[in-house]
Amino acid sequence: MNIEEVTKNTKMLIDNVPFSVETVEFVKPGKGRAIYKFRLRNLFSGNVLDITFHSGEKVEETSVTMHEMQYLFQENDNYIFMDSSTFEQIPMTKAQMGEKGGFLKEGTPVVIMMWNDRPIDIQLPKTVELKVVETSAALKGATITAQNKEGKLETGVIIGVPSFIKDGDLIRVDTRTGNYLERVGNK
Amino acid sequence: MALDESRRLQKIKDKLECRARIMDGIRAFFMLESFLEIDTPLRVPAVAPEQFIHPYTSEGWFLSTSPELQMKRLLSAGYERIFQICHCFRRDERGRHHNSEFTMLEWYRKGNDYQKIITDTENLVIFLAEKLGVGSDLIYQGKSIDLRVPWPRISVREAYLDWAGWDPFTAFDGLRFDDDLVDKIIPRFPANRPIIIMDYPRECAALARLKPGTSNTAERAEVFIAGLEIANGYSELTNPVEQEQRFKSEMAEMLKTGKPTVWPDKFIESVKNLPECTGIALGIDRLVMLLTDSAEIDEVIAFPSDLL
Repeated sequence: MNIEEVTKNTKMLIDNVPFSVETVEFVKPGKGRAIYKFRLRNLFSGNVLDITFHSGEKVEETSVTMHEMQYLFQENDNYIFMDSSTFEQIPMTKAQMGEKGGFLKEGTPVVIMMWNDRPIDIQLPKTVELKVVETSAALKGATITAQNKEGKLETGVIIGVPSFIKDGDLIRVDTRTGNYLERVGNK
Repeated sequence: MALDESRRLQKIKDKLECRARIMDGIRAFFMLESFLEIDTPLRVPAVAPEQFIHPYTSEGWFLSTSPELQMKRLLSAGYERIFQICHCFRRDERGRHHNSEFTMLEWYRKGNDYQKIITDTENLVIFLAEKLGVGSDLIYQGKSIDLRVPWPRISVREAYLDWAGWDPFTAFDGLRFDDDLVDKIIPRFPANRPIIIMDYPRECAALARLKPGTSNTAERAEVFIAGLEIANGYSELTNPVEQEQRFKSEMAEMLKTGKPTVWPDKFIESVKNLPECTGIALGIDRLVMLLTDSAEIDEVIAFPSDLL
């Protein structure tokens, strides 16, 4: 595609690696060449790349697709998902998942970004409900909102929870921050 | 959507009011200087061939990228001091400081060179700042700019030698010239003063005359304030043979990239009678940005091209 047509969120290939355009800065001396300064995100590594193009240059556009999937189970170093419309199973590695892996339980709906049949990014629901499996007893005199003790969740991840939370409580967690939000049920 | 638009337009109302006062001020300034306001067509059969300015086509003609050719034809016919405020159209120019349709102020003086038109520009900006009650200390994006004249001048050669480490007059490299202007030269301009950068390599000025006694220095000057390119002026090229050669070499470059070009024959014909003169084009939207402390061009025009 012509460089003039690139906008925010355009996906392009550089040395066969897909990048997403995060920002476009257009600069042009009145009589001179148009200069396009892009901030790109490497869709494999997540790293940022600043790059400059000039009018008349071309880039190779590519596309990514979004697929609604469900988390099934963990197998060795992979998280296995199932495409909700084709029932096809696809793996994502622990490294790709990063901390997001700690908020997945069986059946969690997710959206996976695919490029060339390869999963490259995942969006979790903004919040998930998870069971607390292990936490110390409430401290006497503690305020009810302070998240002043550790709670281990059914996925194995440990987050801060208020002192009144007990083993077996079901709590809502923000998947972007990993913060406790509220208690939604108890034993 | 309609609500968003009405909120957006309400938000910039003060700025548009200020813009209207600036337009009045521009006309008042040129009346005092005994200039005649003229009005040339926006749809034209040919525009000046310039490699990096792309016109929109219109039923086989073009939307004007600049009123320069028609204004010079008026000078050739004996008009001595003329100014114009008009819209210009340049394809693919859109950004924080660009809208593909923008407003240009252009004026010409017979019998003078670029030094005089730069002085006009200094006087015009001071005149407008005073009219708006800004005075000679302008605050733009949190920084104070001292507008008192004369503004500092720097030559292109000095600027590139000092800040980019090369001399564009010994071996001209257009791509490097433009990149360095943006990344190395403009960022070094003093933040608290306007600046005039002048005397360009001849390759950068298809319509400017060469400095007498030189073979590679064009009498072109540009005005920058707070890093914004405000105006571009020339001692105009009045030699018809040389003008024809410059346009031919420019067109040869454009043909390589398949850009549509039409030979501006009536203009070339008129250059035979073009007297010694100087002219400058000033971007009104950017001047309004400065005088209304606006970071983006969208704050000073009601309908940017992608909000139409």
